[in-house]
Amino acid sequence: MSARSGVLAAGRDLALSPALLRWLLPFGSIGAGLLAFGAFVLLIGRDPLEVYATIYEGGFGSAFSWNNTLLRAAPLILAGLAVAIPAQAGLVMIGGEGCLAFGALAAAAVAVPLLPGLGSGALVAGAIAGMAAGSAWFALAGVLRVRRGLNEVISSLLLSYIAIAVFNHLVEGPLRDPASLNKPSTLPLPESAMIGAIPGLDVHWGLAIGLLACGLAQLALSRSTQGFALRVAGGNPRAALLVGLPVGSLVVASCALGGAAAGLAGAIEVMAVHSAASASVLAGYGTTGILVAFMARQQPLAIVPVAVLMGGISAAGSLLQRRLELPDATTLVLQGLLFVAILAGEALMPRGRR
Amino acid sequence: MNPSRRSLLRAVGATGLASGAGLPLNASGQAPITVGVIYVGPRDDFGYNQAQAQAAAALKKLPGVKVVEEERVPETIAVQKTMEAMINQDRASLIFATSFGYFDPHMLRMAEKYPKVRFAHGGGMWTEGKHPRNAGSYFGYIDGAQYVSGVVAGHLSRSKRLGFVAAKPIPQVLRNVNAFTLGARSVDPSITTRVIFTGDWSMAVKEAEATNSLVDQGVDVVTCHVDGPKVTIETAEKRGIMTCGYHANQSALAPKGYLTGAEWDWSTPYGMLVDAARTGKPHLNFLRGGLKEGFVRMSPYGPSVSAKAREAGDAARAALTTGDFAIFRGPLRDNRGGTVIPAGTVLEMTHLELEKMNYLVEGVLGSIPG
Repeated sequence: MSARSGVLAAGRDLALSPALLRWLLPFGSIGAGLLAFGAFVLLIGRDPLEVYATIYEGGFGSAFSWNNTLLRAAPLILAGLAVAIPAQAGLVMIGGEGCLAFGALAAAAVAVPLLPGLGSGALVAGAIAGMAAGSAWFALAGVLRVRRGLNEVISSLLLSYIAIAVFNHLVEGPLRDPASLNKPSTLPLPESAMIGAIPGLDVHWGLAIGLLACGLAQLALSRSTQGFALRVAGGNPRAALLVGLPVGSLVVASCALGGAAAGLAGAIEVMAVHSAASASVLAGYGTTGILVAFMARQQPLAIVPVAVLMGGISAAGSLLQRRLELPDATTLVLQGLLFVAILAGEALMPRGRR
Repeated sequence: MNPSRRSLLRAVGATGLASGAGLPLNASGQAPITVGVIYVGPRDDFGYNQAQAQAAAALKKLPGVKVVEEERVPETIAVQKTMEAMINQDRASLIFATSFGYFDPHMLRMAEKYPKVRFAHGGGMWTEGKHPRNAGSYFGYIDGAQYVSGVVAGHLSRSKRLGFVAAKPIPQVLRNVNAFTLGARSVDPSITTRVIFTGDWSMAVKEAEATNSLVDQGVDVVTCHVDGPKVTIETAEKRGIMTCGYHANQSALAPKGYLTGAEWDWSTPYGMLVDAARTGKPHLNFLRGGLKEGFVRMSPYGPSVSAKAREAGDAARAALTTGDFAIFRGPLRDNRGGTVIPAGTVLEMTHLELEKMNYLVEGVLGSIPG
């Protein structure tokens, strides 16, 4: 008996439907991952219960912890979406960091000069510029895929390196604020003009924008003709071509939308957090987004809880270091074990119609 | 602890009864304090972060001082939340934000939000009137130590070619490249320093490539200014050339070729800042020092340093320690032939002009990209 049919059988015994199992399994996986982490903690001679309590306190135990977690999750939502949308067309885009870089740069270059004339409209212009820049860069990988059959995993990664190099060149050269001596940056937005916090929370509006984007993406995929066509193109390109779907355009469009999400993430980082584009903006969100999207099984709505989990681990890791003097690598072990457990859980997941 | 109890304790401490009564005060009547220290990289990187962590370890030994640390904190919203968490969850009242990129906007924003907490930033340019009073920056004039390294390297180089693996062409880095070169050329004006910029603070592969390339070009002493000098020093040792360290003591990585090195001694400013916070003195907003003030120091000489080179190194260090000698004085030309400091002008270590350095001095082979 295979492991999967074993789970199904166990589910039947407990009178659980496959649909309910599908919902329960991720929680079981997280529990298993936490147990494995507890064993690891024991192995290094620490008290697992104390570690669990600290993880809870750091990530989810108070209003402060929730704000901390959500703030860390905010950029990961859009970065995850950048991978999940092209994935509907069957593409694995791993160069999100490059789109994020261009989005950040475009937002800084557009919003700052427009600010005196447009006021807060400059932020909208910055966001649009960021989306356009990220979108164009990812679309390039899509076009190379459609026209030249170039593998998008490689091309998007290499394009990302180019984008980061161009970003560094412009930030340290032509676009550099001469006053930024030892931290080369573009001209900054004044603090008062930046994207503020959501009322009642200590989290900037980027979180709400990410949630909205995920909701819209989910809706478009499941309810619109184009979304359906995209999924068909991704599921079976040959069949899609046979029924007359414009597969090439769908592939490029999905890349463009994904790139727009990553570009928007970069734009929001500049306009809500950093005030200017500098090397600090490129903190690896684009790369973490790949992990988030795969954990969410490329489902836009599922990206939200996964990103929150990632944010929570990061916030908890911060407290683990300070309270229990565990090294930062502990956080990586926790993250690794949780994700291996979730992926293993998915392998046991009942397949078939949803 | 509420204020009245704190002031009571201070009064008791002042009368010298504290130790006898077993109260949490040390002999000078200082209140207990929780200090947060934040690093951008790992604490054991043989470099920038390790130098800061050594000072934090020294603080931990002081009675009444609790230290909470967090490593590998990126220069994003994460560092703002770490500062806030140290304040809210650990009750820290003094925070050391050690990475340059933490200053603007992250630390400044937190300093405005938490006016009662003191913030100290490594390397930043705190400016009177522009930045909050509860924020400040501490830094060291490490170019003095680099100059001494250059003198020692100048004595021991046979090929007369030195190498410098540098991260970014920013003023701090250029100052070190230039000071090292001027030190070496004070021994022999025919010496040149080949500089390679890797483009970022932690680029292990590029640092190894740069070091190998320098060795291939005939360089026989190499030093660096990157976050973790480990790769450069180890690669150079493997290739059989000599090295001068940076940030921390790397002699363990190069037992044969390590000559000396420019090290931070952050325990000096850390101690001063903690002391001010515990005794209620104003925050030290702009704290600087060099060899003289004990903010920087030299690694002990390695086995391959000759007696003559030691003597020259010691003499240079003594001159810089007494302050009789300034590294940057006119006439000084850059490596493109232009005069950067006219004859008769002496720029003391503390001169703000030096913090805007944007040239490579004569004798440096290489150019500032961009």
